Amino acid sequence: MLAYIIRRLLVAVPTILLLIVACFFLMHFAPGGPFTSERPLPPAVLANIEARYGLDQPLWKQLWDYLYNIVVHFDFGPSFKFKDRDVNDIIAQGFPISLTYGSLSFLFATTIGVGLGIAAAIKHNSWIDYFAVGLGIAAQALPNFIMGPILILTFTLWLGWLPGGGWNGGQWPYLIMPVIALATSYVGSIARITRSSMLEVLNSNFIRTARAKGLPTRTVIWRHALKPTLLPVVSYLGPVFVYVLTGSVFVDIYFSTGGLGQAYVGSALSRDYAVLLGVTILYGALTVIVNLLTDLAYAWFDPKIRY
Amino acid sequence: MNKYIRTSLAGLLTSTMITGAAFAAGTHPTTGEALADDQTFTYRILDEHSSVDPQVVEDVSGAEIVRDLFEGLMNQDEDGNLVPGVATGFTTNDAKDVYTFTLRDNAKWSNGDPVTAGDFVFAWKRAVDPALSSPYAWYMELMSIENASEIIAGEKPVDDLAVKAIDDHTLEVKLSAPLSYFPQMTTHATTFPAPQKVIEEFGDAWTKPGNIVSNGAYVLTEHLPQERSVRERNEMYWDNDNTIIEKVVALVINDENVALTRYLAGELDRTEVPAGQFPRLQKEHPEEAISFPRLCNYYYTFNLSEGGPEAFKDPNVRQALSLAVDRKIITENIMAGGQPQAYTFAPEATAGFTVPDVEMASMSQAERDELAKELLAEAGYGADNPLSFEMVYNTSEAHKKVAVALSQMWKQKLGVNAELANMEWKVFLEERGNQNFDLARGAWCGDYNEASTFLDLLQSDSGYNDGKYNNAKVDELLASAKTADDAAPLYTEVERIIAQETPVIPIYHYAGVYMMDSDVGNWPVNNVEQNWYSKNLYKTAE
Repeated sequence: MLAYIIRRLLVAVPTILLLIVACFFLMHFAPGGPFTSERPLPPAVLANIEARYGLDQPLWKQLWDYLYNIVVHFDFGPSFKFKDRDVNDIIAQGFPISLTYGSLSFLFATTIGVGLGIAAAIKHNSWIDYFAVGLGIAAQALPNFIMGPILILTFTLWLGWLPGGGWNGGQWPYLIMPVIALATSYVGSIARITRSSMLEVLNSNFIRTARAKGLPTRTVIWRHALKPTLLPVVSYLGPVFVYVLTGSVFVDIYFSTGGLGQAYVGSALSRDYAVLLGVTILYGALTVIVNLLTDLAYAWFDPKIRY
Repeated sequence: MNKYIRTSLAGLLTSTMITGAAFAAGTHPTTGEALADDQTFTYRILDEHSSVDPQVVEDVSGAEIVRDLFEGLMNQDEDGNLVPGVATGFTTNDAKDVYTFTLRDNAKWSNGDPVTAGDFVFAWKRAVDPALSSPYAWYMELMSIENASEIIAGEKPVDDLAVKAIDDHTLEVKLSAPLSYFPQMTTHATTFPAPQKVIEEFGDAWTKPGNIVSNGAYVLTEHLPQERSVRERNEMYWDNDNTIIEKVVALVINDENVALTRYLAGELDRTEVPAGQFPRLQKEHPEEAISFPRLCNYYYTFNLSEGGPEAFKDPNVRQALSLAVDRKIITENIMAGGQPQAYTFAPEATAGFTVPDVEMASMSQAERDELAKELLAEAGYGADNPLSFEMVYNTSEAHKKVAVALSQMWKQKLGVNAELANMEWKVFLEERGNQNFDLARGAWCGDYNEASTFLDLLQSDSGYNDGKYNNAKVDELLASAKTADDAAPLYTEVERIIAQETPVIPIYHYAGVYMMDSDVGNWPVNNVEQNWYSKNLYKTAE
C-alpha cells in the first residue's frame, strides 16, 4: 500500500512537469500578450516592462527561470495585471475562499444526492422514486450560471433575506447562495448515479441471499448494499471534488466571492502568464492527489481491490 | 448639451447658494439640504483594479480610487474645469514651455508630513524610471517634459528629468515643446505625488492598507481583492472640513445584471445600466436612472493599408456604407441609453470643439440610403457584383447586437454581404493592430478633454491608427493644432475631411448611463471625462 502511494506520487512529478511545459507554450503561442492593450505601448515603454519581467529572454530561458524559482524559492512569479500582488498572494487569498464554498457544496451535493438516490431505489416505482428522479433531473438541468441569477433575484431582490454577494470572511449569509448554486447540478447527477447503482446492487445475488436468510431490510441496505452502491458514485465524485474545490468562475462572477475561479479565467483572458500557470499547477496537483485518494477509497469500498 | 438627458440628481437641481448659511451639523453648508447620518457611498466596479499606486495604475476604476486617495497639482470641478489641488496656481512663460506651480503650505500626507514640491519631483521621476517600468510612462512623454523620452529609452539618467523643486512650495517644469494644455494634464493619476519614505520602507507592498500613506481626501483602509476596497476620510487632508462623505466602498461585481439586481435590492448607490434596459428603468425609477454624454466614441474602421480590401480603397464605397447605417435604430433600439448619434469622430461634448456641418447629419435616412445606393453603383457594385467583406468585433453581447444590425442594414439596403466574426479581446487587438481585417470595431475614450485626443488617432503615424488612414492634409492640420492659439477651426476642418473621405464609420458617442440613488448629491454629470471626486459628493437624508 505505502509502496503504491509512493509510486503514484513519483509518477505525479513528471505529469505535473509536462502540464507546466504544455501550458507554458500554449499560453505563449496564444495571440496577444499581457501588455497588449487598446492603447499600444510605445516600444521603449514596452521594452522596459518586458525587461523587468524577463519577457525579453528566449522562451526556454523563461521556462527554466520559472521552474528554478518554484523549486528553489517556492516563488510562482509576479502578476502582470495586479502590480502589488504576486501569484503566491493571489492563490493564498483566493484558494481558501474556493476551498470553503467548494467543500461545503461538495458535502451538500453528496449528502442530498446520495440520500435522494437511495430513497428512490429503495422505493422503486413509488411516488418517492418519481419525486426524487424528477427533482434530480430538474437539478441537473440547472447549472450554476442559471442558478446564480435565479437565487439572487429570489433571495436578494424579492425576499430580501440574503446579501446579493460578497464574501465577508465567509459568514454564513454570504455562503448560502454560492453553495446552493454550485451544488444543485451535482445533486442531480449524484442522485441519478446512486439510484441506478443501488437498483443494480439490490437485484444482485448476494442481496437476495441476505434477504433470504431473513435479515431486516435496514441491515440489508446499510450493511450490504451501500458500499458496493457507492463505488461508481465515488469514481464520479473524485473529479467533481477537484472541480468544486478549485472554485467556479460563475459562482465568483455572480456572487463576487473572490475565489480562484474568477482569477483563473481572468488570468487567461488578460494573458497574466504566471497567474495562469500557478493556478494550473495547483489544479493539476489537486487532481493528482484526489485521484490517488479516490483509488485508495476503492479499496475500502470493494475488498476485491488490493494495491 | 441640448441632447443632454438628465432625469435626476436632486443635488444639482436644488443647489442654490445660501449665503451665510450656518454650518449646522446635519445640513449641507451650501445647499442647506438635510444630510444623511450615514455618509457611506457604495458603488460597483466591473473588475478588480490594477493598482492604487499613482504611477502604476492603468485602469479606469483604479484611477477613480487613486483620485480619492491622492491629490495632484490641479483638480477638476463638476464641469471639468481646472481648479486648484495641491497647487494654488501656476504661471508660464510666453513660450509656454516652462510652467511654475505654487504649492499650498497646508497640504499634508495622511501621516502628518507636509506635501512638498520634492514629493512631485520624486513621483514624476519615478513614472519615467525604467526600473519601475510604469505602463503609463508614455503619459510623461505626452506631457512633453524635457528628457522624458530619453530617460524611458534608457539614454539618460532619471535625474535628468526637467522637473525641479525650487523650494518646498515651488515646482518648476521645463517642456521640450510648448503645450498650452499642460496644466489640464496634471489632473491625471500618473502625475500625483508619491510618498518616498513609505515606498522605500515597504517596496511593492507600500500600497497595502496599513502601509499606504496618501495626500488625498481619503485613505485606503481595506482591500479584499476581487471583492471590495474601502477608503475612509483622511483627517490630515487640507480641506477635510469640507469633505462630507465619510467612507467610500467599491464593490467588484463582474456581471452588470447582478450589479443591477443588487442596486435594486439597496446594496449599492451607483451602478451601470446594461445596454437596452434604460427605457424600462427610467419608467420604473425616474428619479434614479440617469444618462449624460461622455467623452468616448464607437466606430468601425476600414482597413486602408496596402494589404486591405481593394473595394475599401474607393471613398465612394466607404461613404455608401457609412450612409446606409441608420444610427437612430442603433442608439434608440439597441443601446437605448441616451447615446448621441455620431456623424463626426470627436464627440460633440468635447470642450472647445465645434461640430462641422456634415452633410450626412442633415439628411433624412431615406435620402442617405438613396445616396448610398448611387455611390455604391458608381463604384461598380450591385446585384450582379455584390460587395463582400468580413467585419470583426471583440466578443460581447452589445457589440454583437450592433454588428448584426449593421450587417442587416447593409444587406437590405445595398445587397452587401458583411460576414460577422467575433474574437476574444487580446486576439482582436492583435489582429486589428496587424491590419488582419477588412472592417473592425473601435472605440476610444478621451485621455483629456480636447479634440486632439480623438483626432490624433487618424494621424498617419499614430500608433493607434489601426486602419492606416493616411492623409497629408489631416496630418498637417493636426500638427499645427498643437501650437495654435485657437485649434478649434483646425479640428473642424479635419472632421470635414474625414466626413468626405470616411476612413471610419462613426456610429454613436457614449453616454454615462447609471442607476444612481437619488440621495447622492452633486454627481458631476457635466464632467464628460467623468473625473469624479468623492470629497465633492454628499448623501441627503431620505
